[in-house]
Amino acid sequence: MDEQMTETMADETANAAALPVSRDAANWARPVEKLAVEGERAGALNLNVAGKGLTGPLQGFGALWQKTYRLPLAAVDVSPAQVMAWWKGHLPELMPDDSRFYPSMTGVQPGEVVLINATLPAMFGAPPMPVSTGVLILYADDESFSVMTPEGHPESGFNTFSALEEEGVTLCQIQSLARANDPVYEFGFRYMGGGAQQEQIWRHVLGQIAQHYGVEPAIEVRKQCVDSRLQWAKAGNVWHNAVIRTTLTAPLRWTKRALGRTS
Amino acid sequence: MSKANITTNVRRNNGVSIIDIGGEVNAYAEDALAAAYSEASQNGVKAIVLNFSGLEYMNSSGIGLLVTLLIRAQRNKQRLLACGLNEHYQQIFALTRLNEAIGIYGSEAAAAAAA
Repeated sequence: MDEQMTETMADETANAAALPVSRDAANWARPVEKLAVEGERAGALNLNVAGKGLTGPLQGFGALWQKTYRLPLAAVDVSPAQVMAWWKGHLPELMPDDSRFYPSMTGVQPGEVVLINATLPAMFGAPPMPVSTGVLILYADDESFSVMTPEGHPESGFNTFSALEEEGVTLCQIQSLARANDPVYEFGFRYMGGGAQQEQIWRHVLGQIAQHYGVEPAIEVRKQCVDSRLQWAKAGNVWHNAVIRTTLTAPLRWTKRALGRTS
Repeated sequence: MSKANITTNVRRNNGVSIIDIGGEVNAYAEDALAAAYSEASQNGVKAIVLNFSGLEYMNSSGIGLLVTLLIRAQRNKQRLLACGLNEHYQQIFALTRLNEAIGIYGSEAAAAAAA
């Protein structure tokens, strides 16, 4: 054990009794080494999540972007907590057809895994490609929740969904702090419409919220490149690439399905 | 979520900058953290220690702010270290894998010595 950790642990022991329980303790997921998917998710393809580790904004390959999408609920008398309660309760319905979310029965709770079945757009004559992945609910409170991506997910980082009040107006906000997980995804985001599709997904979600509350979908988008460097040391992340793995295992699933029908 | 409720204080200790962080680290803490970082970075400082002894609350937006602070420090070729994190916040640093880039120490003296 190195000196840094020894000292940290000794300090923890000395202070443990004196430390109060942190106010946000119940809002965070418990530490996990590898993700586990529990409970049935009707209709979902469960691939590339169980057994995967988490990847944050520091573990991916591509340029790091912070993208913020905002929808003002002008003239709607609703609190941020009320909006967030509705948002959490209707999460799957708000997603577009090409990016389906499958939360557990428990819903949006810290530590829960949401499965994602998506389809990447057809490009250069190739058919659309399926991708099965997921996210961990990293943090949740009355006015926000955040998800963190696993290995193999197109992005490496966090997405935070929140409702807040500014100058008397309740705003819905989606903010991502993420980079492409590997070189293939980075290429896809830059040159094959992946970035535009991602933007379209979050515009769709906010558009659905606008429709529910009867307001114009006046969505403001801000993008900031936080770190333009490519992290070549992370190029090996491509081993976990969920698009490649979902596509390569498709014939096996078709065969199993066909055999299941005939037996 | 309340408005900004963070306190920061910048000190120097043997050529290392220390930022004492107290209160709440959430989305509203962005300006205060950025200002403290700018002050701590003056005079070509090569290492900054974030002292979280006074931290009372942190959400995922707060973790995001620490990520952007780290990127700024890396761009300026500075090391970022942390001390004063209780067990809960050490777990969050581990969960979000922030601990792979920000060294965590049990005391300010240990962090400053490692800087």
